[in-house]
Amino acid sequence: MSSVLYDTPGPRAKRRNVIFTVLFAVLILLLLWWVWLKMDEKDLFASAQWKPFTESQAWTTYLLPGLADTLKAASLAMVIALPLGAVFGISRLSDHRWVRGASGTVVEFFRAIPVLLLMLFANEFYARSTDISSEDRPLYAVVTGLVLYNAAVLAEIVKAGVLALPKGQTEAAYAIGLRKGQTMSSILLPQSVTAMLPAIVSQLVVIVKDTALGGVMIGFTELLNSRGTLAANYANPIPSFIVVAIMFIVLNFILTSFASWLERRLRRSKRSTGAVLGAEKVDDLNAAEVGGSFGSGADH
Amino acid sequence: MTVKLTALSAVGSLVWGTLLAAMRVSPVPLMRGFGTAYVNIVRNIPLTVIILFCSAGLADVFGVTMGAEDFKVQGFRLAVLGLVAYTAAFVCEALRSGMNTVPLGQAEAARAIGLSFTQTLWLVVLPQAFRSVIGPLANVLIALTKNTTVAAAIGVAEAAYLMKTMIENEAQTLLIGAVFAFGFVVLTLPTGLFMGWLSKRLAVKR
Repeated sequence: MSSVLYDTPGPRAKRRNVIFTVLFAVLILLLLWWVWLKMDEKDLFASAQWKPFTESQAWTTYLLPGLADTLKAASLAMVIALPLGAVFGISRLSDHRWVRGASGTVVEFFRAIPVLLLMLFANEFYARSTDISSEDRPLYAVVTGLVLYNAAVLAEIVKAGVLALPKGQTEAAYAIGLRKGQTMSSILLPQSVTAMLPAIVSQLVVIVKDTALGGVMIGFTELLNSRGTLAANYANPIPSFIVVAIMFIVLNFILTSFASWLERRLRRSKRSTGAVLGAEKVDDLNAAEVGGSFGSGADH
Repeated sequence: MTVKLTALSAVGSLVWGTLLAAMRVSPVPLMRGFGTAYVNIVRNIPLTVIILFCSAGLADVFGVTMGAEDFKVQGFRLAVLGLVAYTAAFVCEALRSGMNTVPLGQAEAARAIGLSFTQTLWLVVLPQAFRSVIGPLANVLIALTKNTTVAAAIGVAEAAYLMKTMIENEAQTLLIGAVFAFGFVVLTLPTGLFMGWLSKRLAVKR
């Protein structure tokens, strides 16, 4: 295989590559060996450490309910945040300056604040001002935090999705006499929703990852929190970490693959206008590019 | 504390991320594979899991204390380690997309005058790639600033940790929340504006 960065290797380069491969492999093996030694030292390969995961009890009491709670919080947050995000996204495109300004301020504000702060704040707020039972409170707090933050990010996605459509769509809609509201609801939104789908699915990955924050800081019984209980019960911190990490990786990998499959499919399809918001856009949006449009400039 | 965490992790992840990006385009297949696997795995694990693992896993089981005797110093250093490991994956992705914006002719010309892979990357491609990814890197930096709050999970006394203790003990929940929120806006806003200005200023004119 050759790339533009280097020539097709000749005999000497091939030898050098082999040497580097061997060196690098040795480095990795040394690292793995050290990990293995340390794990062996602590008896982490003893079957007692891993046995819980082969029995159904660990799964049914800890991991699966944890996973269910993770998914519950993530999907609730997504379902509530989507319409909110759509409203804010559309009002950011409004022709009236005060509507645009107000929603712009709200969106930029919530994008600039860490989700964790929002969750902590919501938790304390619910504890003092409402009578939500202390069992339900973590779920409410996690979902509130996630909704506030993700509605802001989704608003940006919606805005970018609508702006990504060719200008002719709006002009044609006006030309056949549609009003602004009609143009938005029957011409622009239906087209931009398909364009936004990959970005929305990628945002779901971010939401799933962020639910873990609630598990540690405000005692929401999601996957990571259940891991703690499980590890305390079976005294197997490392194996439980590995299992939970793999569960997260598999879950998110499915979502990411689904997003990029959607993106490819949409790019291929002939009926669309060719405007697609990819997963890359999401990384940028999550960083709150306050006060400007840098980062989505000419290099994308 | 938040600022200190951010600054140290930013430097660390920039270095590690650049190395990862170099690995991902290198002529050695094993390094390419490692880079790709690392980025895909790390990006899909919640940062909370990584940071907790650094504390509960690395420190308690593997005995990695980062040369610290004090428990607090150790927590801080492990938090930096976790943040670097996580953020580097995003830096690597940003840099890789930056490399794609460097015209093919640049790398071809570099090869034509006989530069090796390292020289091509270091002298020709990376300098141009860095200048074009300042915008995306700024986003990574801002995300990092916000992510430092996760370090509260292992008891590092940064903003989120302070806020948690404060709103649990004081009466004015709203006021304290607003102050901390405002603090983050103050931290991220100038970063964003400055980097935006910088990226326009340094953009490679073509």
